[in-house]
Amino acid sequence: MLIKTLTDRLSADITPQEVYLNRRQFMAGSAGLLLPVSAIAALPATKSPLSTSEPPNSRSDITSYNNYYEFGTGKDEPALYARRLKTRPWTVTVDGEVTKPRSFDIDSLLKMKLQERIYRLRCVEGWSMVIPWLGFPLAELLKQVQPTSRAKYVAFETALRPGEMPGVARRVLDWPYREGLRIDEAMHPLTILAVGLYGELLPNQNGAPVRLVVPWKYGFKSIKSISRIHLLEKQPPTSWNMAAPNEYGFYSNVNPAVDHPRWSQATERRIGEFFKRKTLPFNGYGEQVAGLYRGMDLRRNF
Amino acid sequence: MADSTVTLAKPLALHWQQPGPRLFASIKVSLFLVCLLPLAQLLWHALLGQAVNPIEDLTRGLGTWTLRFLLLTLCVSPLRALGAPGWLLRLRRMLGLYAFFYVCLHLLTYLWLDQFFDWAAIVRDIVKRPFITVGMLAFLLLLPLAITSTDGWIRRLKRNWGKLHRLVYVIAPLGVLHYLWLVKRDIQSPLIYAAILAVLLLWRVWRYLRPTLAARVK
Repeated sequence: MLIKTLTDRLSADITPQEVYLNRRQFMAGSAGLLLPVSAIAALPATKSPLSTSEPPNSRSDITSYNNYYEFGTGKDEPALYARRLKTRPWTVTVDGEVTKPRSFDIDSLLKMKLQERIYRLRCVEGWSMVIPWLGFPLAELLKQVQPTSRAKYVAFETALRPGEMPGVARRVLDWPYREGLRIDEAMHPLTILAVGLYGELLPNQNGAPVRLVVPWKYGFKSIKSISRIHLLEKQPPTSWNMAAPNEYGFYSNVNPAVDHPRWSQATERRIGEFFKRKTLPFNGYGEQVAGLYRGMDLRRNF
Repeated sequence: MADSTVTLAKPLALHWQQPGPRLFASIKVSLFLVCLLPLAQLLWHALLGQAVNPIEDLTRGLGTWTLRFLLLTLCVSPLRALGAPGWLLRLRRMLGLYAFFYVCLHLLTYLWLDQFFDWAAIVRDIVKRPFITVGMLAFLLLLPLAITSTDGWIRRLKRNWGKLHRLVYVIAPLGVLHYLWLVKRDIQSPLIYAAILAVLLLWRVWRYLRPTLAARVK
């Protein structure tokens, strides 16, 4: 029959009442499940002596002026589109030159002992901010997988989700976004994995659910939304270096003496300030990290 | 085909016949005010808006509007050929001078808000950074055009005035190049400007070569 009448419908098509009620229960239950998530939005963290005493930028500055090309190349686009990224469930796979490769669930990373680290962030474009991150030393995670003696470098990869990341439709960079550190840089106490910002869970546009923060390097080294960490013997390829090797080196330490080929790196504009500041070697963290590069020609290894 | 376009264009052109002096004056005043709107918007955004990096937004915005006015200036001749009325030509000078106005402000934000008049650093920048070199060159080339834009200079230079003002065919590409070399990775936006400019310049090449080509075909 063309037009279905009520009697045509089999009783099996009708949702039994108990299932229907169960659905309601399920929905109420999931609402309950959501509660703990919002409760942990405020993350417990201890203060760190490695924090700067400089006043941090406002939360709205930090969360509305971002470089996160997976969501578009405009500074405002990550804040507009990054909410599409599903950060639960999320795992970070750590493998390669390690004795105990494993995947870390994001909830287990959130249970690590978190510290507040207020760091300067210097973008290669010539602006800077002060950001109160919450996180833990990357070294603590790496110790759990026990790097082998052949682990000389650490490679990082951002999740690649074309359905959730409108920016990857254009090949502005060779996706997925990749970054890398030398193992001693990765194990340095200043190097952290951040899961929070301003006492709360990391907003998506800032690299949720977990990102790298290496405060003495240009911002693009601090890779966002990490899905994989891979330890290896050889220096890994990195996204910006692949895109323009003469402009972005593997090390990319903040260095006022080595200009970007197209603009000067001698000064920077701290977001919120009128006058420009002089850029400091290693973004002002030279005392802690200059030793990592002793004997290296930083002009060649830029 | 050609006939049909003519018959289409003709009544349009007739309809747009020379406006009276009073109407033309009000068109001019309106255009003058409209051309100030981008500046108002940029200043509003920088001073009163929620801009995170207002100085950069202002510098970039002024540069973008310089390019737009240059391209608009170059649109006038092709529009005329497409049947737009002749008096459009009499508005071109204002568009060109607005390009100059916006580039002056653009340069000022660089000299003041970016370099704080550190002349040694500015000279270093001009010598060392190709995008600043070509930007500065484009500005210098625009200077004589702005100076000779008055009726007096048009009369004094006679035929040479037209030759001099063809410099804009060099200035506009330099401006686009300045933009292209500044961009970090996503060159889509400068390429759009480059494409529009290419169309506007290629049309002129075609118009210039057309008589020669037609003669050859004969």
